[in-house]
Amino acid sequence: MIDIHDISKIYQMGSVEVAALQNVSLTVSQGEMLAIMGPSGSGKSTMMNILGCLDVATSGQYVLEGEDVGQMNDNQLAEIRHNKIGFVFQTYNLLPRATALSNVEMPLMYGDGHNRRNRAMEALYKVGLHNRALHRPVELSGGEQQRVGIARALVKNPSILLADEPTGNLDSKSSDEILTVLQRLNRDEGLTVLLVTHEANVGQHTDRIVSFRDGHVVNDAPVTIPLTAGAGISSNGVDL
Amino acid sequence: MNFFTTFFIAIDALNSNKLRSGLTLLGIIIGVSAVITLMAIGRGAQESITSRIESLGTNLLFIRSGATSSFGFSGAQGSAANLTLEDSLALTDPILAPSVVSVAPETQLRGQLVYQRENSNTRLIGITPEYLSVRSFEIEKGQSITSTHINMASQVIILGPDVVENLFGFREPIGQTIRVNGRDFEVIGVMKSKGSGGFGNQDDQAYVPISTAYYRLGTQRTPQGEISVQVVNVKVRDEEATDAAVDEITNILRIRHRITDEDDFTITNQQETIEALEETTNTFVLFLGAIASISLLVGGIGIMNIMLVSVTERTREIGIRKAMGAKRRDILSQFLVEAVLLSLTGGFLGVALGLGLTQVLDGIKFGSSTLNTSFSTDIAALSMVVSGGIGLFFGSYPAMQAAKLHPIEALRRE
Repeated sequence: MIDIHDISKIYQMGSVEVAALQNVSLTVSQGEMLAIMGPSGSGKSTMMNILGCLDVATSGQYVLEGEDVGQMNDNQLAEIRHNKIGFVFQTYNLLPRATALSNVEMPLMYGDGHNRRNRAMEALYKVGLHNRALHRPVELSGGEQQRVGIARALVKNPSILLADEPTGNLDSKSSDEILTVLQRLNRDEGLTVLLVTHEANVGQHTDRIVSFRDGHVVNDAPVTIPLTAGAGISSNGVDL
Repeated sequence: MNFFTTFFIAIDALNSNKLRSGLTLLGIIIGVSAVITLMAIGRGAQESITSRIESLGTNLLFIRSGATSSFGFSGAQGSAANLTLEDSLALTDPILAPSVVSVAPETQLRGQLVYQRENSNTRLIGITPEYLSVRSFEIEKGQSITSTHINMASQVIILGPDVVENLFGFREPIGQTIRVNGRDFEVIGVMKSKGSGGFGNQDDQAYVPISTAYYRLGTQRTPQGEISVQVVNVKVRDEEATDAAVDEITNILRIRHRITDEDDFTITNQQETIEALEETTNTFVLFLGAIASISLLVGGIGIMNIMLVSVTERTREIGIRKAMGAKRRDILSQFLVEAVLLSLTGGFLGVALGLGLTQVLDGIKFGSSTLNTSFSTDIAALSMVVSGGIGLFFGSYPAMQAAKLHPIEALRRE
């Protein structure tokens, strides 16, 4: 479903050209869960932005579900982001004044928007936060905020879930909760999940690890025995 | 995106920073209410000036004698004593002057009025019985000057209300004898008050028969020894007939004065006076409005300022919304609706405040003059539209700034 062929991203820093990505090719099929790993400055964030249609590559081709994204203008990209992509951020990026429910509803305002409340409630139910729907972000723990973030990404039924360091700001217990949710969405609902991380442990929970260094893919290998998150899930109090 | 959704997002955003929204609102409120109040004061002044002049009668013509000319130097209008009592009688000719209804000549002089220990220096006007109806004066009590008084040059006098107050206080003036320039006059009537303004205080004057003014108090005569009058008030049939009346009067007077070149008299049209004054007061009203508009403009700049701050503060929110699929026009309309909502609310409250101020200020006295205000709905509606437009105009730059933010940069911003 994702077919990236030979893309490069070059930034102009004053008179110097800096290549964040160089001739990268990547194919992701439907229902895969994969981790993009690498140290900072390796180009993984740039890769994420391009995959999420927040940015376009300088050269190369990016075909998402049969559509060539590389040639699209701002409005068409916004359309793609709205219809096909769900973002989960390291810092959650929730609107602080809005309740969990309103935060989840927000992406629906930019589409047809019918039945918003019910669809948002359904998404919150999927991440086990339906009973915290009317709390504001400050009243929720980090793990809960991130689950609201996942619900917000899910509400439009995207083709891919893109998670940028989703556990980067969380303790190990909350991280486990998040990985549980992501794995469940991938395994039970067949959602394609891409996560960017620099934690090896997080990468081990996926099916495949793509490693970046200095703007190149240096390694692309399946995980032999993926770890399963949330061994004692019900005792964690996560109601899934 | 749905309009109502945008609307509620805007209300929510404005609500989240009440003090700031309130202060911005205040800028527009002050601007709009200033426009409305100042325009109301201007219009009120205009109306009261016009109505004062109209109270003299709108179908009036004034004939004044022309200027003296000696060795090429012109004197003041009316300084040549060449308009006579006979001239004014000639104007009543129904065949030569069909547009003229009645004619009231008058002559003016100063007089020292003395009653017991009180005295007053005032304007004396020598009049005929027609004067009251032509100039729309009414007798408050007592009687008017009759043709018998004219024929006999009786020493009778009608006093204006201010003169009565000066000389008599609360005592009864009718039937009393006062001395005018050393002669005894009987007070036969008191004029109804007309109020001051327009052409000086019309309450502070006294009226004697025109013949008495000549024979007993002494006024100018023409070089031919005829009795001269300074002004002839002419009442015209109706307003449409004024032009015809001017022609008729001009013809009669030119023939009587044997004039072949320039007129030795001037005819002033009351309507022209009103129009000229209205033109002046219009400028005044516009001037007031223009000054008030400046504060409205400043209010608009306040909106722009606060919207720019808001865009900077909410850069991250804009980034999130864009990442979630918001298009440029979604962000644009969100901020535009916010700005217009601010300015329209300000406009509405400003109209309400302006209306309140207009009511409160109406009839307030400043020293001797009274403030009149006139609230006009057209100005109120215009202010609303203008304030909405101001929101749109001053909101569009910040909204455009917000809309063109790049999602990645916006998300990176703290």
